[in-house]
Amino acid sequence: MRYLPLSNQDRADMLTRIGVDSIDDLFADIPQKARLNGLMDLPRRASEMQVERQLSAMASKNVSASSVPFFVGAGAYKHHVPSTVDHLIQRSEFLTSYTPYQPEITQGTLQYLFEFQTQVARLTAMDVANASMYDGSTGTAEAVLMAHRVTKKKKAVLSGGLHPQYREVVEGLSELSSHDVVSMPADPMGTEDILAQIDDETSCVVVQSPSFYGQLIDLKPIAEKAHAHKALLIAVFTEVVSLGLMEPAGTQGADIVVGEGQSIGNGLNFGGPYVGLFATRQKYVRQMPGRLCGETTDADGKRGFVLTLSTREQHIRRDKATSNICTNSGLCSLAFTIHLSLLGSKGLKQMATICHANAVNLKKGLSGVAGVEVLNNAYFNEFTVKLPKSADAVVEALAARGILAGVPVSRLIPGQADLENLLVVACTEVNTQEDRDAFVAALKEVLA
Amino acid sequence: MSMNSQGRPSAPNENAVSYTPKTFTGNRALDMEEPLIFEFGHFDTTGVDFDMPEAFETELGGFEREDALELPGLAEPEAMRHYVRLSRNNYAIDSGLYPLGSCTMKHNPRLNEKMARLPGFGDIHPLQPLSTVPGAIELIDQLAHWLMTMTGTSAVAMSPKAGAHGELCGMMAIKAAHTAAGRDPKIVLVPESAHGTNPATAALLGYKVVNIDARDDDGTVDLDALKRTIAEHEGNVAAIMLTNPNTCGLFERDIVEIAAAIHKADAYFYCDGANFNAIVGKARPGDLGVDAMHINLHKTFSTPHGGGGPGSGPVILSDRLAPFAPLPFIRKDGENGPVLVEAEAQLTDGEKPFGRMTAFHGQMGMYVRALSYMMSHGSDGLKQASEDAVLNANYVRVGLQDLMSLPFGERPCMHEVLFDDSFLKDTGVTTLDFAKAMIDEGYHPMTMYFPLVVHGAMLIEPTESESRASLDLFVATLRDLVMSAKDGQTDRFSGAPYFSPRRRLDETKAARKPILTWEKPAPAQAAE
Repeated sequence: MRYLPLSNQDRADMLTRIGVDSIDDLFADIPQKARLNGLMDLPRRASEMQVERQLSAMASKNVSASSVPFFVGAGAYKHHVPSTVDHLIQRSEFLTSYTPYQPEITQGTLQYLFEFQTQVARLTAMDVANASMYDGSTGTAEAVLMAHRVTKKKKAVLSGGLHPQYREVVEGLSELSSHDVVSMPADPMGTEDILAQIDDETSCVVVQSPSFYGQLIDLKPIAEKAHAHKALLIAVFTEVVSLGLMEPAGTQGADIVVGEGQSIGNGLNFGGPYVGLFATRQKYVRQMPGRLCGETTDADGKRGFVLTLSTREQHIRRDKATSNICTNSGLCSLAFTIHLSLLGSKGLKQMATICHANAVNLKKGLSGVAGVEVLNNAYFNEFTVKLPKSADAVVEALAARGILAGVPVSRLIPGQADLENLLVVACTEVNTQEDRDAFVAALKEVLA
Repeated sequence: MSMNSQGRPSAPNENAVSYTPKTFTGNRALDMEEPLIFEFGHFDTTGVDFDMPEAFETELGGFEREDALELPGLAEPEAMRHYVRLSRNNYAIDSGLYPLGSCTMKHNPRLNEKMARLPGFGDIHPLQPLSTVPGAIELIDQLAHWLMTMTGTSAVAMSPKAGAHGELCGMMAIKAAHTAAGRDPKIVLVPESAHGTNPATAALLGYKVVNIDARDDDGTVDLDALKRTIAEHEGNVAAIMLTNPNTCGLFERDIVEIAAAIHKADAYFYCDGANFNAIVGKARPGDLGVDAMHINLHKTFSTPHGGGGPGSGPVILSDRLAPFAPLPFIRKDGENGPVLVEAEAQLTDGEKPFGRMTAFHGQMGMYVRALSYMMSHGSDGLKQASEDAVLNANYVRVGLQDLMSLPFGERPCMHEVLFDDSFLKDTGVTTLDFAKAMIDEGYHPMTMYFPLVVHGAMLIEPTESESRASLDLFVATLRDLVMSAKDGQTDRFSGAPYFSPRRRLDETKAARKPILTWEKPAPAQAAE
C-alpha cells in the first residue's frame, strides 16, 4: 500500500520487540464478540490511476460553473481567483500543519492569521475580527449566541431578508438551546417593518445586507432602535466583495458583523469548505467565539504571534466556554488573505465595480423581457426577478439550454405561492456580455 | 590585456572559527524575518489586473462606501515571496514527524488534492439545478456508504463542518429524540478524560455536565461508578459522551456494558470519534452500542489539517436517532437512485429532521479527498493502516517505557501512548520544557497537559505514516532528552527552543492587553 512505509519484515520485527505474538494481541481490549473478523464489505485497495479514473468519471457528470454562462449566487459566488492563491495554499508547510499550538514553529500560520484579522476588521469597519468560523451560516448562529451572552437576554429577531438556510441554522440551534427566535416573513423588496419587532426582550436583530434577495438595507435606523432597547445589531453578508464598494456595517452601528468569505480566494466546492468572517467591537472581545491571534514578543524580545484569550475556549473552559469550536477554516482563511493581499483596497473596489456594472447591465436586459419584473431598486451584484411562471421550471428549461440562470427562491422556501415565480440572479466579474446576452435571449425563448 | 584566471577559494578557510554573528537584517540565511503586509505593501496599488467597464449609472441607492478602506495590494512577486517566507516558519507533516496525540497527523496524499480540484467537484455551485450535479450526489452517497459500512450503521448526517460541529449535531439529534418522546432529561455524563469540546457542546445545548470518574489504574470508565451515577440521576440522564479509544490511548473494554447501562436508562451513547483511526476495520462502533459518533475526516481520513481547518465531521446515527438527522440528507429512492432532501416540504413519513447544521451540503471538498483516501486504501488497506498505527504507537511505547513513565503500567495501547511527568520528578524540567526541547531536535511536540487525568500528560500519536527508521530516531532522541534531564542539563530545557524561528513566546503579555489587529504606528514626535 503506497501510503504505508512499514514492510512485513518491519511489522514482524516490531511485534517481537513489543513482545506480542500477533497484531491482534494489541487489540485485546476490544470485546471478542465486537471484533471484526476478515475484511469489511468494501472494495480492495486501488492504484492512483484507478481512483483517478473512477472519481473523474463521477466529476464529469456535473456541469461546472466555468463551462457555461453562470448566474447562480444566493450565498456562494463564482469569482476568478488568481493562480498564485492555489499554488501558495498548497505549500506543504501551510497545507499539512495544524492549529498553531506550538507558536515557536508555526509563526507562518500565526502571522497570516494576524493579517487576516486585520483585513477583516478593516473591511467590516469593526475593531476586532477572529481567526475565522466554519462559514457564514454557522458564524451567524454563533453571533446570535454571543449576543445572548452579552445582553443576558434570549430573543433574536431575524429579518426576512436573511438567507433562508442561515435562518434555519439559527432557528434549529435556538430551539434546542432554549432560546427564542422571531423570524420575519420573506422580504424580497426590503420593505419589512423590522423596527416594530424590537422591544426590551430583544437580545439581537439579525439583518442581511445585501439581503438574500439582493436588496441593500439601511442598517442605521435598525442599529438605533436596537441600541435604544439594549439589543445588539448583527449585520450579515454573503457576498464579501460588496464591501469593496458598499458602506460597511461597522460604520452603520452594527455590534457584530458576520458573513461568508468564500468569494475571496475560495472556489465554489458545492458549498464547502468556506470561511466565516466574524468581527465585533473591542468591548465584546471576551465574549467572542473562535480562535484569536495576538501579537507578543519572544524570549529574545522579537515580535511574534500566539493564539490568545484562550480562556474563552473549550480546551480550557470546557462547559463554560464561549463556543465549542476547535478546528476552524484555517486554509480557507489563508486563501482569503492571499487573494485580498493581491487585490488590496484598489483591486477589491475595481472587482466590486465590475460585479455591479455587470448586474446593472443584466438587469437592463432582463427588464426588457416581456413579463419579467426586477424587484430591487438598490442592489450590488444580485437581484430578484419576478417571472410570469414558476422560476424552478424556467431554471430547468434554461439549464437544458446550457445556461445556469440563478436560484429559484422556491428551492430554499418551497410551498409558498407568492415566492414560486421569484428567481435570484447574480453577476460577477466572470460574466461576459455574451453570457448576459445569451441569458436574456434564452429567457425570451423559454417564456415565449 | 589578459584574463584573470586565479579562480576562487573552493574550501573553507583553514582557520574558520565557529561563532554566531549578529546579522544586519536579522535574517539567518534561510531563516528570514518577514514584516506584515501592512508594513511593506502599497495601499494604492493592486496585484490583480482588471478590464474596467465603460462608465455606467450605478444603482447602489446611496450606500457607497465613504470611509477610506486601507488594504495593501501586492504585486504577484511580492505576494509570492511574502507567503513563501511565512510558510517556512511552519512545522508540517510533510517535513517531519508530528506526534500530536488525538489529532492524527498522518500523511496527506496529493492525489486527493488533485481530485478535489476537478472542475466537476471544485467548480460546482451548491444551488445550481440538481439535474446538473448528479455526480456530486453520487459522491456524497458513496462516501456515506463507506462510512456506514465501516461503522456498522445505517444512517449518517454528512453536513457538520468539523469534529466539534459533528458533536453538536449528534447531541442535537439526541435532544430532539428525547423531546419527541416527551422527555426532558437535563444531564449529560462526560468522563474527565474527554476532549474539551464534549462538555462545551453539552453546555451549549443547556445540559448540565456531570463528571464520571475514571478508574485509577487505567483511566477507563469505571462501570460500577457509572451505574451509581446513573442511578443517582435516575430519569434525568440524556446521554453519555465518551471517546473510544479514549484519550489515554486505551480501548474502553467495558464499552458494550456501558452502552447497555446507558440504554437501560433511556439515554443515548454519544461517541467522540476523534480516535477512530485506531479501529477502522477492527471493530464497528455500531456493534458496540454507539448511537451517534462524529468522524473527523481530517484525522482518520487524511484531509489536510490546513493550519487549523477546514475539517469535516459527518455523524453516524443509530436507527433510533436516524429520523432526526438534519437537513440536507440523501434518501435512497429505489430505482431513481439517491435523492437529495434539502427542505422540510420534501419530507415523507418518519423523517423528523431537527433543523439544519449549515447552509448548503457540508464540506464537499473534504468529502472528495476522504473518498479518494478510502478508495486508495480499500478494505484491506484501511485495516492495515489501523494496525500499523497501533503497532507504531506500541513500538514507541516499548522504546520509552523504561525511561519515561506510563501512568497505567506496561500494557498495550491503541494508536497513541500516554506518558505522565513523574519521570521528570526532581529534574527541574517540566512537561512544557521537555516539549520545547523537542523542537530544537526538529520534532513537533506531542500533545501536552492533555488528557487532564494524569499529571503533566504527554500524549504521543505517531500514526501509520512513519517508517521504522523514523520511529527509531524519534525514540532515540527522546531517550537522549530524558537522559539529559536526569543528568541535570537543565539549560537544554529551560531556555528551549533555541533554534526555532521564534523562541518561547510571552502568552501572558499577549492576553493582558490583546493586540489583535495591526495599527499604523503613531508618527514619531519631532525633535525639539
